[in-house]
Amino acid sequence: MKLVTAIIKPHQLDEVKEALEAFGIQGMTISEAHGYGRQRGHSEVYRGAEYTVDFVPKSRLEVLVDDMDASSVVAVILKTAQTGRIGDGKIWVIPVEDVARVRTGERGVEAL
Amino acid sequence: MPLAAAADQIDYASTAFVILCASLVLLMTTPGLALFYGGMTRTKSVLNMMMMSFGAMGVVGIIYVLYGYSMSFGSENIAGIIANPFQYFGLNGTVDSVVNPFGYEGYGNIPELAFVAFQLTFAVITVALISGAIADRVKFSTWLVFSGLWVTFSYFPIAHMVWGGGLLSAAETSLSSLIFGSTDGSANVAPMDFAGGTVVHINAGIAGLVLALVVGKRVGFGKVAMRPHNVPLTMIGAGLLWFGWFGFNAGSELAADGTAALVWVNTTAATCAAMLGWLLVEKIRDGHATSVGAASGIVAGLVAITPACGFVSPLGSLVLGVVAGALSAIAVGLKLRFGYDDSLDVVGVHLVAGVWGTIGVGLLATSTGLFYGGGIDQTVIQILIALCTIVISGVVTLVIALALKATMGWRVPEDVEAAGIDQGEHAETAYDLVSVGGRMGAAPFGASQTSSTGSKNLEGAQS
Repeated sequence: MKLVTAIIKPHQLDEVKEALEAFGIQGMTISEAHGYGRQRGHSEVYRGAEYTVDFVPKSRLEVLVDDMDASSVVAVILKTAQTGRIGDGKIWVIPVEDVARVRTGERGVEAL
Repeated sequence: MPLAAAADQIDYASTAFVILCASLVLLMTTPGLALFYGGMTRTKSVLNMMMMSFGAMGVVGIIYVLYGYSMSFGSENIAGIIANPFQYFGLNGTVDSVVNPFGYEGYGNIPELAFVAFQLTFAVITVALISGAIADRVKFSTWLVFSGLWVTFSYFPIAHMVWGGGLLSAAETSLSSLIFGSTDGSANVAPMDFAGGTVVHINAGIAGLVLALVVGKRVGFGKVAMRPHNVPLTMIGAGLLWFGWFGFNAGSELAADGTAALVWVNTTAATCAAMLGWLLVEKIRDGHATSVGAASGIVAGLVAITPACGFVSPLGSLVLGVVAGALSAIAVGLKLRFGYDDSLDVVGVHLVAGVWGTIGVGLLATSTGLFYGGGIDQTVIQILIALCTIVISGVVTLVIALALKATMGWRVPEDVEAAGIDQGEHAETAYDLVSVGGRMGAAPFGASQTSSTGSKNLEGAQS
């Protein structure tokens, strides 16, 4: 099993979610995140004083998938989250040792 | 000092108008100014900022009833500086009285208490205005004591000097009479301050500057970003200030007449022009017209038109306003250059626009203004009353601020300031953004939890 984590632009979230649903993904977790990559932050001006806001708002999306789906899920997110402009985000995949569904107690792939 | 009038000829229209205007001015402080300032502070100090306005309301409201009115508008003049604070102590002797403060022929008789109510709200907002200069870092207790001292030793004397027949008025014993002479008991060149350019805005503006210098900078000023945490609150506050300002300016006519209507139009015209003036400077200088700029431009325009609103034409108001907006937009940058932390630009907005408005009326007054062929005298006396206010308020504020620094102390501890003054001073936070992790603490004074109604409801909800 794998955990796919994607940091994407917040306004791409709906599109990504719909594409993942269409692909057959049944659940995901979203959190609001702040961060920067190579694009750094942006600047804001209040009464002539300029402030650099380093951490820009991002959405963090996490999906647990079966090993064989991981690469396709990454492809789906890549395709839908991409705008081609700076700050599109990152996706990474890490192995997951075990998963349990709290309600039924199912373990492993059964619990996905 | 208001002229007494016969009680049986009360002018009901003007009475209703003045009481309503007093209520509008109250709306300017709570919640208008509290929101305007609160939105510009950081998340961790918005409640303290708003409480400074509410606190000033409490303290000044009480003092005004006790001796503030008597000290500003009593008839027993003491050296042209104050009136006898004990003459109308506790508003004694004003309750059934009817006055006609400007001596209108045939109208304008109002209950003296309507006049008291209106003036009370002015004292409140002037003190509250100062709080913006020392946001995020001051002990609430010191602020309350300062409010009481400052209103007593700076506001009431200046209100008396300008409006109560003192040194800066048109009275026979005033500065103006001394310089330009007087005819039939009033100065040949009457100083003009329709609704409080000197008394309210220059007074509060210079006090803000002095306090910012004495109290010192916030931790991290100039290094850490201290951006406004909720600009919509600031916009709501600016809107309420504008609305309330109709009471402030038009109400200062103290009668429902043609001048009051002129004042309404002038107030709006100047404010519209000031907002666009500020935005224009921003667009040219920073590349963007901002919402905080619009809100600030509105206030700058309202400040500048305050002393002038009954003396200029609508076209003159446009000129006065656009200059005020542009000047203040440029002036708010000064604190960064000179390194004083006037946190919410009380100096840049109230002092600068207040001075401009007070002097500008000398240029633009349709009766005696320089641009209307009235000669230079009006402008000279306007500069003089502005300077006098700066000096008096500056010195008085400095003495009070240093005395409080040596006794109570101004600053909250540095770690409290860093963690957030809301939590340190008031044991509250403005926003519950995370719904997990809270729990009931022990009830105060050893009472069991179930003895407090609030706790009981919670217990009930849980079971």
